[in-house]
Amino acid sequence: MDILSLSHIAKRFGGKQVLTDVSFLVPEHTVFGFVGQNGAGKTTTMKLILGLLASDSGEISVNGRKVRYGSTAANRMVGYLPDVPEFYPYMTPKEYLCFCGGITGMTAKESRERSEELLCLVGLEQENRRIRGFSRGMKQRLGLAQALFGRPKLLICDEPTSALDPVGRKELLDLLVSVKEQATVLFSTHILSDVEHICDEIAFLHGGRIVLQGSLEEVRARRKATATELELEQPKDAQRLLSMFPCLKPIGSNRLLLEMAGALPDILHALADKRMPILRIERQEASLEDLFLEVVGK
Amino acid sequence: MIAFLKKEWMELWRTGRFLVLLLVFALLGIMNPAMAKLMPWMMETLSESLADSGITVTAVTVDAMDSWTQFYKNIPIGIIVFALLSSGSFTSEYQRGTLIPVAAKGLSRWNILLAKALTACAAWTALYGLCFGITYGYNAYFWDNGVASHLFLGASMAWLFGIWVIGLLVFFSASAKSSAQVLLGTGGIVLAVYLMGMFPRFGKYLPVACLDGLPLLQGATCPGDYSASMAAAVGMALLCLALGGVCFSRKQL
Repeated sequence: MDILSLSHIAKRFGGKQVLTDVSFLVPEHTVFGFVGQNGAGKTTTMKLILGLLASDSGEISVNGRKVRYGSTAANRMVGYLPDVPEFYPYMTPKEYLCFCGGITGMTAKESRERSEELLCLVGLEQENRRIRGFSRGMKQRLGLAQALFGRPKLLICDEPTSALDPVGRKELLDLLVSVKEQATVLFSTHILSDVEHICDEIAFLHGGRIVLQGSLEEVRARRKATATELELEQPKDAQRLLSMFPCLKPIGSNRLLLEMAGALPDILHALADKRMPILRIERQEASLEDLFLEVVGK
Repeated sequence: MIAFLKKEWMELWRTGRFLVLLLVFALLGIMNPAMAKLMPWMMETLSESLADSGITVTAVTVDAMDSWTQFYKNIPIGIIVFALLSSGSFTSEYQRGTLIPVAAKGLSRWNILLAKALTACAAWTALYGLCFGITYGYNAYFWDNGVASHLFLGASMAWLFGIWVIGLLVFFSASAKSSAQVLLGTGGIVLAVYLMGMFPRFGKYLPVACLDGLPLLQGATCPGDYSASMAAAVGMALLCLALGGVCFSRKQL
């Protein structure tokens, strides 16, 4: 079943058409990577899902419930971690989480217990000072705790790792993977290594549309022909091979790149015939970076 | 909504806003009888220089009415300070983005608005009560409050004027983006209504008449003369709240 569906969403800010026609489905219990350049409209899409912005056209449903602007009924099933989470600076993390419990209708006892559980999960259980003095990473972790507070079915994270150091990033990604059992995670990012580490499904947003969507394997498979790199022991052999096969591209004194996969058997034949010693033949995997650059046309 | 109300009180206390307001309103409450009490001494001190200008000062007697006169002069100052310190209640949250997680958790926007309005009304009631109580206590100690008729009705009218101002603050807070806009909007409406109140034909139908309770205390007017202005204050405050709710529901947080 799909926990989230967006159908033909469009949004314009003044003269700028941010989203033209965005449609995608997020299946339950997946980590869904929402990829796009800065300014592509990822945050706008997330705010539309939360009913914090009004769409110009199209329809959004969370767990089968339609999202309406200004109405927060569908949000009971959603946890949201903003890109720069802001809290009341005069509260302690525990007070803030108890406040979250209060607004979601929990009793004081339930709120206290859940707060302690979540503070342990995000590693802030020892922090009794007020949020005023918190670093960006600590705020991000508290943001994740508040987003998970109501045991949401859908967790929306807006670029959660972009401002964190490598350790903080890894910890946050591990946390996101660990919540997959209880909730579906939709997270936006432009850091593609994060996507490769934790996502099951991805969607590329570009030019106000979803230009590519599917599981990580499906998306990789859609990449145009992958290349093969040949490294020969002797540079003069590389030159000889190049003169025999003009389709090869020199990328070093003894390294050649083959982009036409069909010519590989003939090349291997020639290598064996002429007894040219080789160091390495490697098929290059399409990285998400290449794919991303291809998608955005750069 | 109760959780949000608790958060509002915590904010008032921990940001020190309520403490400042308590000090201001306590000071205003003390100043009213103090000014009345000091009046004879000030006149005596000034009598020589006044005599030089040809003004003869005879014995000055003061009573509770002088203190209540000061009270009605000082209450607008209290309202201005209250409005200045309350104008950022919504807008600071817009600017910091702190309402986004709250709305994203499903708390209705009407509840947020009502909690903020209720907190402002409760704070105003407590502060106004403190100022009135201090003045009343000193007046009873030094003189006799019996010289003022309809004392509590007059006090309720000025309190109602404050509630009307809170209604305006809530409406402009729900629709404006910065606290400067909230203050401009609220101040502009109060000033416009005040200027309209100068025309005797409209005067008694406008909320500003609620602030003019001194003639009631002196017996120059009767309670019935203020019913229209009190009804106008309540009606306009409720209208502001309803319009504020509609604006806030459509507000981009």
